[in-house]
Amino acid sequence: MITHFLVHDKADTVGVVVVENVQPGQALTGWIMETDETITVKSMDTIPLGHKIALTDIEEGATLIKYGHDIGRSVANIGKGHHVHVHNAKTKRW
Amino acid sequence: MAAQSFWGYRRENGRVGIRNHVVILPLDDLSNAACEAVANNIKGTLALPHAYGRLQFGEDLELHFRTLIGTGSNPNVAACIVIGIEPSWTGRIVDGIAKTGKPVEGFSIEGNGDLNTIAAASRKAHEFLQRASELRREERSISDLFLSTKCGESDTTSGLASNPTVGELIDKFDALGVTACFGETSELTGAEKDCAARAATPEVGEKFLNTWQAYMDEVIEPNKTSDLSESQPTKGNIAGGLTTIEEKAFGNLQKIGKRAKFIDVLGPAEEPNKGPGLYFMDTSSAAAECGTLQAAAGFVVHLFPTGQGNVIGNPIEPVIKLTANPRTARTMREHVDLDVSGILRREMTLDEAGDALIDITLRTCNGRLTCAEVLGHREFVFTKLYRSA
Repeated sequence: MITHFLVHDKADTVGVVVVENVQPGQALTGWIMETDETITVKSMDTIPLGHKIALTDIEEGATLIKYGHDIGRSVANIGKGHHVHVHNAKTKRW
Repeated sequence: MAAQSFWGYRRENGRVGIRNHVVILPLDDLSNAACEAVANNIKGTLALPHAYGRLQFGEDLELHFRTLIGTGSNPNVAACIVIGIEPSWTGRIVDGIAKTGKPVEGFSIEGNGDLNTIAAASRKAHEFLQRASELRREERSISDLFLSTKCGESDTTSGLASNPTVGELIDKFDALGVTACFGETSELTGAEKDCAARAATPEVGEKFLNTWQAYMDEVIEPNKTSDLSESQPTKGNIAGGLTTIEEKAFGNLQKIGKRAKFIDVLGPAEEPNKGPGLYFMDTSSAAAECGTLQAAAGFVVHLFPTGQGNVIGNPIEPVIKLTANPRTARTMREHVDLDVSGILRREMTLDEAGDALIDITLRTCNGRLTCAEVLGHREFVFTKLYRSA
């Protein structure tokens, strides 16, 4: 079975796509490394290899969690399954 | 785990190198041409041209001297010729390198001209190279190894797999008494508290946080024009899926594994002196600057995980590259010493990847040329603290 995305930590709100050519509407299988769990999410966007996918609905201004840690904030509402990147997320630092 | 020894060159001061270079080292930018001429005359010597060395002062000058002396003193260097425009600072570098006990000799250009200097230095380089060529490797304990690491053109696969692979090696080698070093002050922003928590004592953790804060106060705050987009993270990082500095920092920190604690904070190019263990060094996050500083501090082999495909090398410290990005492994194969993309496909565990990295590291220590060496990557870039006088 192909693993389409990986998740560092059970608490993470984003996962990382690790295959090429993920398309909208595609059913994706993910692996939560911390707990060795398998989850599924339907992709809502074209998401390149290495880019993040929202694992839950994320409201504008919410803290993004990856590695179980704060990695920045959303600057738009992001629906589950959508691409998370510089167009809708930003650092809190500089 | 595999073998716990490697074959290296034992130097006069007891340190062990994995390469046997005869280096032709310019004190300053003006002396690059003479050094390159000597290296052209005496085949098998290595000139290290660089951009600086004139009218520097204060802490910036001290860092310049420390970088040059440290480079010549590195155990991967069997002998060293120093050429400078004038004799005084040239002699200072020679005296610094001579403390290791290795053969070193200085030449200055003023009053002699390039041609006479090149002739005299070439004769000495001829002697040094033939002497070095008779040195033989001997089997040494892994605890004699000094290893540095830095990641570059990272992407999310770095934090998922290639950096944790380095972390596996760091944890395993730490238990065996290896001396190791990580750096990249700016790039720990967002994970600085987690990094400080990995210090061996609260005092060392505080020293790290003070170093990080000083960088923020002295470099970032007065000079930033925006949110540093496209510099930190870089354009390549962003193309690879990294969005924020915090995300990049947590990925970066995977390189120091899960158990090892760092025992001291080093200034740039400062030699570790607290015995075996993991050290943090205050460095730029630019690969060539960081690698040059770590080599000048005496580290002899370097681990460089990359996501999007940084092609960095160092003239005296072999750089072993690994990637977990399957596209990079496929499209930039000639730069990749170890492909750990199998971790992402769940075909390879981190433990297996760590052992594969240990294997390629020991083979490199024993003499295997890295991709960067084969391709001639010799990036030698000084860190400059401020404008010259």
